[in-house]
Amino acid sequence: MTDGRGLRLYAILYLVFLYAPILLLPVFALNDATIVAFPLSGFTTKWFGQLAQLPTLFDALRNSLIIAVSSSILATTLGLFAARASSRYDFAGKGPIMGLIMLPLVLPEIIVAMSLLMVLLGMGLNLAVWSVILGHTLICMPFAIAILSAAFQSLDRSLEEAAYDLGESRWSTFRLITLPLVMPGIVSALLISFTISMDEFIIAFFLAGAEPTLPVYIYSQLRFPKQIPSILALGTILVAVSVVLLTIAEYFRRRGIAKVGGKDTGGFL
Amino acid sequence: MTLAPNPLAAPAATLAATPRPTMIEFRDVHKYYGDYHALRGITATIRAGEFFSLLGPSGCGKTTLLRTIAGFEGISSGAVLIDGKDMQGVPANVRPTNMVFQSYAIFPHLTVAQNVGFGLRREGGTAAEKARRVDEALEMVGLKGYGARAAHALSGGQRQRVALARALILKPKVLLLDEPLSALDKKMREQMQVELIRLQRQVGITFILVTHDQEEALVMSDRIAVMFEGQIAQLADPEMLYRRPATRQVADFIGVMNFLPATVTSEAAGRIAIDVQGLGPCEIDAGQAPGALTGGAAEVGFRPETLTILYDGQTATDRETPGTIEEVVYYGDMTYYDVKLDGVDRPVRISMRNVFGRPVLDIRTRTRVAWSPGALVLFR
Repeated sequence: MTDGRGLRLYAILYLVFLYAPILLLPVFALNDATIVAFPLSGFTTKWFGQLAQLPTLFDALRNSLIIAVSSSILATTLGLFAARASSRYDFAGKGPIMGLIMLPLVLPEIIVAMSLLMVLLGMGLNLAVWSVILGHTLICMPFAIAILSAAFQSLDRSLEEAAYDLGESRWSTFRLITLPLVMPGIVSALLISFTISMDEFIIAFFLAGAEPTLPVYIYSQLRFPKQIPSILALGTILVAVSVVLLTIAEYFRRRGIAKVGGKDTGGFL
Repeated sequence: MTLAPNPLAAPAATLAATPRPTMIEFRDVHKYYGDYHALRGITATIRAGEFFSLLGPSGCGKTTLLRTIAGFEGISSGAVLIDGKDMQGVPANVRPTNMVFQSYAIFPHLTVAQNVGFGLRREGGTAAEKARRVDEALEMVGLKGYGARAAHALSGGQRQRVALARALILKPKVLLLDEPLSALDKKMREQMQVELIRLQRQVGITFILVTHDQEEALVMSDRIAVMFEGQIAQLADPEMLYRRPATRQVADFIGVMNFLPATVTSEAAGRIAIDVQGLGPCEIDAGQAPGALTGGAAEVGFRPETLTILYDGQTATDRETPGTIEEVVYYGDMTYYDVKLDGVDRPVRISMRNVFGRPVLDIRTRTRVAWSPGALVLFR
């Protein structure tokens, strides 16, 4: 099976190409030298310690958290309505409407960022945290809808009818049956949106005004060679947090599918 | 008897004396989906305490009609009455009906007891009282002691029973069953058929069953409405439906029916004289000819078991016709013969019970077939 061996080698090289640079992050973050180069000169945790002495870093972190929490809640809430509507009802223009909502998934972010910037400035508004929330909600929505649509589609419609038939109102049916059964999808959508917003750079760079987010702050610090090891330490923390959040999101998504006895039809992990 | 005793669950003898009151009434019900005419003027009544079936091929509108009773489908014109009240504008959650869904719709995140007791949430009464009613309902469907189990871990047959208990606990006036047995295997299905009949007699509630399985409908129902293309083709009890189908389509859908071309020669005083290809001239009762007849070309239908193959030495009590056996299909308890009667261009199917000492005949055997004009049905 020489063919199989060739493909396996290709797959391994591909994975190395993808993940080796990220693995270098913690390596140099723990290396006792300001210059990012081999050979390594010694083990240290001082770069992590130095992070604590950067006041602007904490401002950026606070901005990022406010933005990520707000935009993930907004995107998931709006996505919940859109996903339920698209999976339960047939209405005129459903295809084009859903297509337009999903479009930011493939639209170049820089185009989205530039057009938002022009519109907001044209309206005479001041850029701040809220404008980034707006942009991030826009780009997180397609992900939230994709996850929530899958959750609604694996939900048997007659479950809602059965609850209604047994005397519940539309709202209590939603609360008692629909919501618990799609809850894992909601948690998953929240976590994915949060992660996307935390990591996003282009929109934040264009729309943050004088209130930079963490990625924008990191970019600005890269100009100072002295700061690079600290930034690598910060990057290491961010990667670890992202991986943990995505794992939790995937866990909830799968548990949700298992709970309603559906079949796993994809997902982001 | 665990649900409320129902006066309608009285012995059959008293029911025959006093006709059952009407429970459901359809008055010229029409339903459109856009341009599609799903229900085309349904007019029918379903009596209280009856086991009623809506039977038809997929797409005939039987499920749509059931859902208009439940309130899940609105109607375009006409009226649906439950127990004398027009249901126009009455939403599903306040109608006196409960439904068993095709997928059972068991709430997967709740326990068996929580599922069964779901409908009691809005009712008054203490928790202990409700728990007692849940236990009773579970016992009624043979799931005593299953209350604490997780609903998603049940088998198909058990889900079915939970769905029944959940729908019956509210003591609805009408229980609607949407193809409830179609997901079960043959053995389980036959067992559940018997149990559903028993349950219906026990609680006395009007059961309305939707099915595409004619055998299931014949076995379980007091009366059956056969539907094609949004209309009721015939509404009758199982025996009438089988012996005197109103149209050729109904005859073809229910069981096996042989058809032979025939000519109506005269019609007088409740008797119709016909000439049937292969069988020859004979006289039938007007009751054997559903629908108005104008004379001329027609068709007769007859069931495989109304014909008998005569063995050597046997003679027909009524009429007999010679023919040749073209095909033999052996079923163990039965044998099906396809026999080409002399003067007929296509074979007719005859079923013979394999009683002890009666040999199975070979293909190409010349034989005589006994029949009776009284078993014929005439279609225009």
